[in-house]
Amino acid sequence: MANLQEHSLSVIMNILIKYDISFTCKAILQEQLEKLAVDFNIIGLNEIEFTKPLSSSQTERLKLLLQNYGIEVIENQKVALVQKIKDTIVDMVWNDDILPNIATSTYLADALNHSYGYLSNLFSEITYSTIENYIIFQKIERVKQMTISENYTLTEISYKLNYSSVAHLSNQFKKTTGLTPSAFQRIVKKKRENRAAVIN
Amino acid sequence: MPEKPLHVLLADDDEDDRLIFKEALEDIKIKTNVITVNDGIELMEYLTRTDVRLPDVVFLDLNMPRKNGMQCLEEIRSSDALKHLTIAIYSTSGAERDIEETFVKGANVYIKKPNDFSTLKKVVEEAMRINWQYHISGINKESFMLSL
Repeated sequence: MANLQEHSLSVIMNILIKYDISFTCKAILQEQLEKLAVDFNIIGLNEIEFTKPLSSSQTERLKLLLQNYGIEVIENQKVALVQKIKDTIVDMVWNDDILPNIATSTYLADALNHSYGYLSNLFSEITYSTIENYIIFQKIERVKQMTISENYTLTEISYKLNYSSVAHLSNQFKKTTGLTPSAFQRIVKKKRENRAAVIN
Repeated sequence: MPEKPLHVLLADDDEDDRLIFKEALEDIKIKTNVITVNDGIELMEYLTRTDVRLPDVVFLDLNMPRKNGMQCLEEIRSSDALKHLTIAIYSTSGAERDIEETFVKGANVYIKKPNDFSTLKKVVEEAMRINWQYHISGINKESFMLSL
């Protein structure tokens, strides 16, 4: 209990502390990351792994949260731009009912303000793949989606996704997946029947 | 592409096939760690251990003693803990019926064992690359089917 006399003397008291700095940082990270409400793992001291990619608004929020503690998110410019290229392609392939009828090279160059040559080289350097392959990958995924859940015919799909003909679409499907569109449909149908059989 | 290596597990009873497969993975651009098991029983034991990290891709030979690839595939797909795994069938059969059946049972990739090393490298790399695309783009794996 402090008594009056001690107060008036205003005795200064010092407490010494020590930190386990890595423990402290981890605790701060843990606390702030939980605010994002996403699954994550803290790897060592300098890396956080997310089970799903963060959206750009989540990344911004994370940066702000950590800034208060003097923790900075290191951005690799190249990786960030490749992510933008991918996002733009996904947008282009999935978000409109009908694909825009312009060359994707022009579309990407306009959307990202870099020459297509630069984007293309960068993409290949970071991903071991090419922009063309990535576009085909996304388009074929959309084709699958449209055949499975929306019941479009191949003719309708080839029109919507800007294929010059059904044959072109069919060939690209086969080349990308190793299966013909009809084999793919057959497999999906059988899978569903099997699942229904298990449930009933 | 990840700087961290991908974890690959191969179940195959043929020692030479295991060796060649490992060499092929060492030769491709994508970095991998490979673990091999000799049959289906060993595979399922490994996958249900709690002290190991689950592989990113399982390559499964169809013809194995004790427990064959098809039985493993069915077990994996009916287990809540394992059903999200990417399964690549690695088989000598190229018959269309066999291929379709494995996809119906839930395989993601079907590789007909190639006769030469350079083709093997190519198909294994392609399988890893496409698996990675699915992994990062968050697309429903249900539609992930690739026949090589």
